Amino acid sequence: MKKIALLVCLAWIAIAAPLAQSPPRRIVSLVPAMTEMVFAIGAGDRVIAVSSYDEDPPAVRKLPRVGALLDPDVERIIAMRADLVLLYGSQTDLITQLQRASIPYYEYRHAGLAGVTATIRALGQRVGHVKQAEAVATDIDRRFADLRARSASLKKPRTLLVFSRERGSLRNVYASGGRGFLHDMLEAAGGVNVFGDVTAESVVASSELILSRSPEVILELRATDIPAEPERAAEMSTWSTLASLPAVRNHRLYFLPGRAFVVPGPHVAEGAEAMMRLLHPGK
Amino acid sequence: MNVRRRLAVVVPVFGAITALVLLIAPTLGSTRISLTNVFDTSIPWADNVDAQIFFVARVPRVLAGALVGAALAAAGVVLQALLRNPLATPFTLGVSASAALGAMLAIAFDLDMTVMGAAAVPAASFAGSLVGTAMVYLLATRANKALSTNVLLLAGVTLNTFFSALITFVQYLIDFADWYRTARWLLGNLDVSSFNPILASIPLIGVSFLLFALLPRALNLLTLGEDVAAARGVDIGRAQRIAFLSASFATGAAISLAGPIGFIGVVVPHLVRLLVGSDHRVVLPASILFGAAFLVMCDLIARTVMSPIELPVGIVTAMIGGPVFIWLLLRKS
Repeated sequence: MKKIALLVCLAWIAIAAPLAQSPPRRIVSLVPAMTEMVFAIGAGDRVIAVSSYDEDPPAVRKLPRVGALLDPDVERIIAMRADLVLLYGSQTDLITQLQRASIPYYEYRHAGLAGVTATIRALGQRVGHVKQAEAVATDIDRRFADLRARSASLKKPRTLLVFSRERGSLRNVYASGGRGFLHDMLEAAGGVNVFGDVTAESVVASSELILSRSPEVILELRATDIPAEPERAAEMSTWSTLASLPAVRNHRLYFLPGRAFVVPGPHVAEGAEAMMRLLHPGK
Repeated sequence: MNVRRRLAVVVPVFGAITALVLLIAPTLGSTRISLTNVFDTSIPWADNVDAQIFFVARVPRVLAGALVGAALAAAGVVLQALLRNPLATPFTLGVSASAALGAMLAIAFDLDMTVMGAAAVPAASFAGSLVGTAMVYLLATRANKALSTNVLLLAGVTLNTFFSALITFVQYLIDFADWYRTARWLLGNLDVSSFNPILASIPLIGVSFLLFALLPRALNLLTLGEDVAAARGVDIGRAQRIAFLSASFATGAAISLAGPIGFIGVVVPHLVRLLVGSDHRVVLPASILFGAAFLVMCDLIARTVMSPIELPVGIVTAMIGGPVFIWLLLRKS
């Protein structure tokens, strides 16, 4: 009887052990921010496929693409024998299908700047890179603490953070509201968001709204490089229609390029530091 | 009452209402401004925030609303008569979808150019509307020299579906930030933030209004049927061509200025007909005036009701227009 019990135990261990949370070897990431995090904590060599929108780090450009938020390619994910899928918490259909296929997954929840380091630490646990994740997260925390300390005593300019608008005009201006990682980055960098009172991530800012909030600095975020000189000057001159804005009168209009302003990943601290250099030059 | 006397009553009354709305609308908004400051020339322009809010943000916006509302309402009247269908809208015949496709492509390819002072997206949208109009026109006049309203309707509706599919295709391919911009454009937006886009669209809308002026008598007879119209000496082919081209031109110009704002072109003509009867010599000018006032009012609601967040004006026109239209349908049946 004992022998049988032992055999059953051994058999159970043999079957169950690989199912227990051993570090994943074949990671599929549908979330660009998490792809960057996995690479930052040194587990990038285990990523076998990414989303259609992944661009960084350059190594991901050669990897297969398996859809994104709205169109994940479940068949290919299963066929690739992924053992960890990083996905958005709202992808409920995909989650159900992965559960049926017994493929482990990790849900990404977007939760402002604080969520970035929390997610990095949680990912470290999940892929077995706790130390590296802790180092990356601590570095980000430290750099933000440093920014906050440096900007605490400075006069904080009222800032309009624009992340999209129609080219050559001030139509459909999208600005950061008082929620989300961009707003948090701006506050840490020593700026006051002119739409900080709006409880949303983005505000469609009409000319009237911009005039009434009278920003002292306007930061235009661009995912890619800033445009070349004639175009840059032309784009900047479109703001001169709103001549009463302190930002226009004092020529405090800036383009700010970088993936950090699109992807709430491991580069958020660099992004906030770049903001601080423009908001408080020389400080 | 003969037409002249009715016009003498209707136009001043509708004109007064529209003028009142146009005067009041710029004084109201999400920000409280002092009208004394607005017109105080002793304050330098760069320091006068109230004047800038009034002249840079509100006046262009109200004017854009008036132009677009007038153009879409008139196009609706003309197309309903031309197609003899009370449900026809300025967006029935493929012009709106092709204009939208033009705008989508400008956003997707990040076009950066200015055409006669207009930015890339409005210019591309107007170009798209011309392509759509030309395609529908050629299809409808191909079989025989006269324009067939049946073919016109079928070709228009088919091209609408086709262009809508292309829009979806473009939206599917572009990245998420651009997708958001295209979706927002499709909701309509009157915040033009300068006079340039308005100045660019005034000649276009002006030309179509001049053409509209040729139409009312022919439209009255066309609504009775093509045979009746021909018997009364109307050059049907010519009237139909002018009607289609002027309505399409007005629609294209309106969409390029403000995006596709729905319901104006169907609700305003029907409301006006209820008030002034069905004679196009009265309905057309009254709809132009009422359309202008209606859209400016809707935009006033859109920019104040949830301030500081602004609603896309298309939501307001649909939320007011939808129930009003259903009420009209129930009343009529």
